Amino acid sequence: MHWESLQAFLHMGGYAGYVWGSYGATAALLLLEVWLLKRRAAAFKRKKDEE
Amino acid sequence: MMWLGLLRRELLLVLRHGSDVTAVLFFFVIAVSLFPLGLGAEPNLLRQVAPGVVWVSALLSAMLSLGRLFAADHADGTLEQIVLSPLPLVLSVAAKILGHWLVSGLPLVLLAPLLGLQFDLPVHELGILTLSLLLGTPVLSLIGAIGAALTLGVRGGGVLVAILVLPLYIPVLIFGAGAVTSSAAGLGAQGGLSLVGAMLVLAAVFAPLATAAALRIAME
Amino acid sequence: MSLLNIRWFKYSSPPAFYPLAGRMIPYFAVAATLLIAAGLYLGFFEAPTDFQQGEAYRIIFIHVPAAWMSMFLYLLMAGYAALALGLNARLSAMMAASLAPTGALFTLIALLTGSFWGKPMWGAWWVWDARLTSELILLFLYIGYLSLQSAIEDRRRADRASAVFALVGVVNVPIIYFSVKWWNTLHQGASISLTKAPAMAHTMLLAMLVMALGFWMYSIAVVLMRVRCVIAEREREAGWMRDRVESD
Repeated sequence: MHWESLQAFLHMGGYAGYVWGSYGATAALLLLEVWLLKRRAAAFKRKKDEE
Repeated sequence: MMWLGLLRRELLLVLRHGSDVTAVLFFFVIAVSLFPLGLGAEPNLLRQVAPGVVWVSALLSAMLSLGRLFAADHADGTLEQIVLSPLPLVLSVAAKILGHWLVSGLPLVLLAPLLGLQFDLPVHELGILTLSLLLGTPVLSLIGAIGAALTLGVRGGGVLVAILVLPLYIPVLIFGAGAVTSSAAGLGAQGGLSLVGAMLVLAAVFAPLATAAALRIAME
Repeated sequence: MSLLNIRWFKYSSPPAFYPLAGRMIPYFAVAATLLIAAGLYLGFFEAPTDFQQGEAYRIIFIHVPAAWMSMFLYLLMAGYAALALGLNARLSAMMAASLAPTGALFTLIALLTGSFWGKPMWGAWWVWDARLTSELILLFLYIGYLSLQSAIEDRRRADRASAVFALVGVVNVPIIYFSVKWWNTLHQGASISLTKAPAMAHTMLLAMLVMALGFWMYSIAVVLMRVRCVIAEREREAGWMRDRVESD
């Protein structure tokens, strides 16, 4: 798939909002999940060290 | 014989607390009436939405009545006796569910034709609606019992039961209301009704098992 | 030491599984990153523009794999639930509980991307087609499971009750799917399928598969992270947990 330019790639044939919105939301959700888990593990570690 | 005794007890208890039964019926009537008030009373629209409206209201009514299934017996210790009794728990559960349906489901079935009239449903469709509810409300009691057993004594039980049980109700709703709709569309109700019937058979076989398991878990 | 010589059963106890899981996570994280990157490359630079749907169809490379994962993870969850009930295995119950949030997340992603795909294609943010509606109901089942878990305070009862619910749910999933399809044809005649994917070019299918594998690796990594948290929190008082020197 050959994109004519970076502009064309970002433009996504006019569907930029939908396509990049989807990918962006997905990335955000997956990263959020990982971040929340890391926070949970860190919180536990803190509590354990306090004991 | 013990089984019949248990069933008799269920019915006696309910007759003693008749207000429980009538409360569910009143809810059913009020809920059904809300829809025209919300949607507008255009006759064609009402005729179209009638099966869905009556079915959803029946569903919600069934769900509201689930709290009574095990809670009272749990509170006064009778449930523990039932679990420990020589009668297999599956059978005891079946008796309780049957008792529950006779009191909370069957009245809805009998009331449905009247409510269908409020929506100007043709006589033939009124019959299909009643039949679909006759086959379907036991399924609601059976599946609902699983939810009631799982949430026995749990904080926030009422809404929690709803969250658990309403998704499981969806197929019966679709087939039951769908039977009436397809009859009205000239496609015949056999498909929908036989599917509700199939669900009844499945639920009758498996729900008491799941409910008994859930009760044991709740009472450990 | 050959694979057959490892006594796998010893890993079914939380104290043994905890460090094993910790060692496995980085590998799956790396695999996930690589596969997702590869999938994205295939999806954006190898797969051609679709004749009918233009560039909008590229959402499919998330939507379909996410939907697959949502269903696969539910099956897995039900499997562990069965083990937890049947074998009374603590770790199995913890695995089932750890799978649920990730499964729910993928269901949510499938619904969101389905919505984003539907708007340009069908003009509405939500379409009641069979696949999307079934996916919505699957989300309800996940929510029910998670709600039951968090509402019951006694851990053991919570595990066993939600296990029963997961099994009841898994039996109902095919029934629900069938009923929704039936409902769809009843009310719309010719069934509109939002997720009627474009005629699949090889590269499109490959991209979808690679993304699906990437999501799978991600799920394993994340679920292992979560089960470690669950093990740590529940076994907090246990001797082995107290003696552990946290090396990570």
